[in-house]
Parts: sequence; C-alpha cells; structure tokens
Amino acid sequence: MLKQIFKWGLRKSLWVYHAGASACNNCDIEILDMLTPRHDVERFGVTLVGSPRHADVLLVTGVCNRQTAPRLQRLYEQVPKPCLVIAIGSCACSGHFFRDSYNYVKPIDQVIPVDVYLPGCPPKPEAMIDAVIKAVAKI
Amino acid sequence: MSVLEQIKKQFSRIAVTEKNDRRAYINADNDTAKAIVVYAVNELRLRLSTISGVDTRPGVELLYHLAADREARVITVRTLAAKPDLEINSVTPEIPAAEWVEREIAEMLGVKFTGHPNLTTLLLSDDWPAGVYPLRKQSFESRQELKETEN
Amino acid sequence: MAKETMIPIGPYHPLLEEPEFFKFYVEGEKIVDAEVRVGYNHRGVEKISEGKTYDQATFVVERICGICSTSHPFAYTRAVEDVSGIVVPERAEYIRTIIGDLERIHSHLLWVGLAGHFIGYNTVFMWAWKYREPVLDMFEIISGNRNHYNMFKVGGVRRDIKESDVPGLLKAIDDVEKFCNMLLKAVIDDPVIKARLKNVGVLKKDDAIALGVVGPVARASGVAIDVRKDHPYAAYDRVSFEEIVMEGGDIFNKAAIRLLECIESTKIIRQCLKQMAPGPIDAAVREVGSGEGIGQHEAPRGECIHYVRSNGSNNPERHKIRAPSFMNVPSFKLTVIGESIADAALITAAVDPCYCCTERMAIIDRESDKVLLTGAEMVRLSQAKTERLKNKCLY
Repeated sequence: MLKQIFKWGLRKSLWVYHAGASACNNCDIEILDMLTPRHDVERFGVTLVGSPRHADVLLVTGVCNRQTAPRLQRLYEQVPKPCLVIAIGSCACSGHFFRDSYNYVKPIDQVIPVDVYLPGCPPKPEAMIDAVIKAVAKI
Repeated sequence: MSVLEQIKKQFSRIAVTEKNDRRAYINADNDTAKAIVVYAVNELRLRLSTISGVDTRPGVELLYHLAADREARVITVRTLAAKPDLEINSVTPEIPAAEWVEREIAEMLGVKFTGHPNLTTLLLSDDWPAGVYPLRKQSFESRQELKETEN
Repeated sequence: MAKETMIPIGPYHPLLEEPEFFKFYVEGEKIVDAEVRVGYNHRGVEKISEGKTYDQATFVVERICGICSTSHPFAYTRAVEDVSGIVVPERAEYIRTIIGDLERIHSHLLWVGLAGHFIGYNTVFMWAWKYREPVLDMFEIISGNRNHYNMFKVGGVRRDIKESDVPGLLKAIDDVEKFCNMLLKAVIDDPVIKARLKNVGVLKKDDAIALGVVGPVARASGVAIDVRKDHPYAAYDRVSFEEIVMEGGDIFNKAAIRLLECIESTKIIRQCLKQMAPGPIDAAVREVGSGEGIGQHEAPRGECIHYVRSNGSNNPERHKIRAPSFMNVPSFKLTVIGESIADAALITAAVDPCYCCTERMAIIDRESDKVLLTGAEMVRLSQAKTERLKNKCLY
C-alpha cells in the first residue's frame, strides 16, 4: 500500500538533482538546456532543485574519479527513497575512454544503482526527455 | 631590440635555437634558466604561459613557455631537473603566476621546487598514495599499485 | 572579535582540472580569507593522450571541456602542426575560425545567462539561453552535433561547410548579433545591474599581470592580451575585429566585455563566411615528424596552450595541456577578500568557471561542521541583494 503511494508520488512533476561526477560539463549544459525555453520541461513540472534532499531523480554525468566516487555515494544516500537514477552520457554509462585513466575508479553503476542509461556524447535534450519518460514508465 | 636579442645580450653563454620566427628555444642550466625566466617576466614584461614537465631518462625536463605578446613569439627556456633528487629552485617567489603550475608539476612528476611557499596537493585525490607520480614514464607499475590500493 | 566561519563552495567545475572546492572564511558578512581545492574533475587527460595516436588525441582533448570544446583541439592541432611545420589549407583555416568564434558566442551567452540567474534576473537567464539555441543549431548544420563538434584534425578540418548552407548561416548570425545588441543595451543601461556589479570583485591591473590571468578576465583589468591579435593564427589576421579592453576589473566590466566580444565574433564569422574561397580542407598529413611544438588558441576564457613532443612514432611522447582557467582561478583569492557573502557566488562565477561549482555551495559552521546555508540559499542571498538595490534605485 505504502509502496503504491510512493510510486504514485513519483509519477508526476519530477524534481531532478544534477550530480556532476567529473564530467566535461557538456551533458550538464544540455541538462540545463532541457530546462530552458526551447525544450522547457518545466511545463511538466520538472525542475532542477538545489539540494539532493528534495530530489526525485538524480541525474549523474561524467566518470567517477578517486575524489568524487565517495562523494557521489554520500550524495545518493541523502536522496529520499524511492528515487530514480539516470546516468547521462557515455562517460556515466561506460566510462568512455576515461576508463584508461589512472584517476578512474569504477563505473558509476558500481557506486550507486542506476535505473536508466542514456549514452551519447552528449545526448540531445530530446533524448534526455525520452530518458525521463522511460524512467517514469518503469515505475 | 627584440626580446630575444635582449635576453641574448644579458645572458651570453646560452644556446638559442630559433625554430622559426614564432618559436625559440633556449637551453640553460638550472640557475641561468631561473635567472632568464625572472628577468624576462619581471624586466621584459613577458608572460609566463605555463611550465611543461617532461620525464626523460636523465631527469625531468622543465620548459618555461614565455609568451612575448608584442612580437608574436613564444620563447621556451629549457632546463633539466636531474635525477635522482629532481630538485630545482622555484620561481614562485618572484613570479606569483607560477604557483599553481609548479604545484601541478610537483604532484604529477615529483619535482621538488625549493623555495615554493605552498607545495600541497592540487589535483590528485586526498587518498592518493604518496610517491606515485602519474605522469612519469614508468608509472605503469604504479598503476598496478593503484589498482591494488583500490581493492 | 567576531566568530570566524568557514564556507565551503564546491566542488564541481567543468574545465580540464579545475572543479574547485572553495573554503571561505567569514567574519559576519565579510570574507576574510579563501582557500581553493581542485581535483574533483581530474581525469588524467594528458596521460590518456600519450597512449593515443595523433588522430585519436583530437577526440580526447575535445572531451576535456564541453563548453569550450573547440579550444583544446584547436590548440592541440596547432601544436602538432608546429612540430613539423604542416601548412593548413586556407579554407580549413576559415572553417576553424568560424567554429572557434561560434563557440565564443555560445560560451559567453551561457555565462551571461548564469550571471543573470545569480543576481536574480531569471529573465536574462532564460533569454540568453533561448538565443543561444540558434548558435547550437548553426553548429548542428555545420558539424552534425550540438556540442563536441569533432571538426578538427591535424592538417585541416573533417567537414566542409556546404555552399548551400551559407545564406542560412549568414541570416542566423544576423539574428544573433541583433540579440546580442539588445542584451548589451539591457545590461549596460540597467541602473540596478550597474549598482549590483560595479566595483564588486575588482582585480587590479598589477595583480592581473602578476597572476598571469588571461582572456576576458585580464582584458577587463586593462591588460590587453588576446592570442588572436598578438599571435595571429588561422584566419584571424584576414578579418577585421576589435580587441575589447576595459579598465576597472570589476564584474560589470567582465560582463560587458563578454557581450561586446560576442558582437565582435559575429563580425568575424560573417567576414569568414563571405571571404571563404572553395578549395581543399585537409592537408592529408601522413606522418608527424619528431620534434616539439607549441599551440595556442584564444578560447572563450583566455589563452589555451598545448605543448606536444613527438619522437617520430604515431603517438605523442608528452602532451601538456594548460587550460585558461588554470591561470584565472587563482585570482579568486584576491578578488573575493573583503567582499560580502552575498557577492561570493557572483565573484566565483565572474571568472567563468561555470555554474557547476556555485550550485553546490554550502555554508558550514566551523565548529559543528553543520550546514547552515546551501547553494540555493547562497544564490537567494545574492538575488535578495539585487532586490534591495532595485527598490532603492526605482523608488
């Protein structure tokens, strides 16, 4: 019963928190792009929030390096559950070529559980909207 | 008189290679190199663009890239921080712009800049193992070590 | 003595190695000391690049930064071409210039939008980002991707600009210029913005020279350095444009310089599109000889310099990258001391290290380690100050 309520709560007006983990910032600006007039997902109640404690969806970009991996884990712990995690960009999905780097630790899905993978370098805002829709459909 | 001629006049015993009219390389020993860089930046008002460190067999080569913006020329002063100590005098006390650049080289290649006011970690993580320098050529072994520290 | 409180700001930020983590020490409202810790974005690109071929490395350096994703390939290809004196065909030089300056427009507009957000002008934020879209569309027409254009290769460019696209691009660039002019008027003539940004976060000329800052940050402090003018390259010596320099060094100057540069960039692009003659776009480089080379490019944030050493094999022996913000970020410490917390968000943003870091600010009480203010609240603080000024100015 409680689970049903949680699921219902996640279905509309998703609040997203954007966690950059050593990204090149390209996915990050495309996330902001998604929120600005051209694509304007705020129509559907999707807004960027300033604290992980207010978030329904965690958008993770970039590869985890030694410095960010523990911080990302802590950030995930602060998000109220149940929550959705979307890995945005090739770096977050697979590590891209940064997996050869000495500062690369492990894939993001080994640090925190990921619900939706969205590859692309960077994915277009349209693809991001699609990812959010797919994530909602998963509930 | 061009900047390069002024440097040549001031320091007579240096080897200057002019690759083309936009790039010049100066080879010098440690003390002369520092003197040239400080003279060029503080007297001739060149801009210290950055310092490159290259790990080679005899030691770490340091290249001070000085941009002569009025003459469309980049003058590079090359010197060697010899193994095994890799010690060299810091230029930061005279040129504040070098502070971060030298910190980066110290941490990536293990060069010891004597006289640097604040030679602390800049880029690597807090739990980075001491004595491992990622941009050294032999660091493939150290990469293995790193993998072990993760586990 | 008032109790000193530590405010950490950070850690994320886009460029190569500069996601910062700021610690501000405050007494009451006033900042008395600042520390910076970077390394949250360090991905070891220099080392990765040494394991790639010259051709692959252009893709690697492109992914250093998403906002100025052309500046690194630009500097890198120039460094490799400098190794053995490869001459790039003229048409390729023009195309490179167009890409480089389109990027300047999109990067500066992005900054203006975010700065507008920080001072509570969300309309500026939305408008700037709305008019940034046509620039991204132009990129899509030229290169096929909105960001990470992959246009550069050693010895030329990968794609040509089709003749049939040129009229559309010229029209788009006219629209962008019109909008930049409008935004410039809106920002420069607005008394509230003036009151809010004038004399905040001043970087003096002497300090700017001593710290070796580059790009708009230096030019706002009266230091006239611009790689495009000082070390002419690509097609920058074949077009006419002005180098914008201002005295003052405060945030107002930095904002004005960025907007004026957008307008200059539109002029450059227009001239390039008109002057471009048909011809080859690639020098068909077979191998890179041994030697060393230095490449510079005036990225939106300042001089970006790459050093490449080749031993004649097919990958660089050493590849040193110095991004512009690496020189600009240390100037924070000088500009932020003595200012109030309400301005901290803005001053950290003024050097254009982007929103990533400022979004994650939190004020922490030094003794209990408890979060007192989050990033969102810092921005709100900044916006409230604008509101106060607005009321003072208007009523």
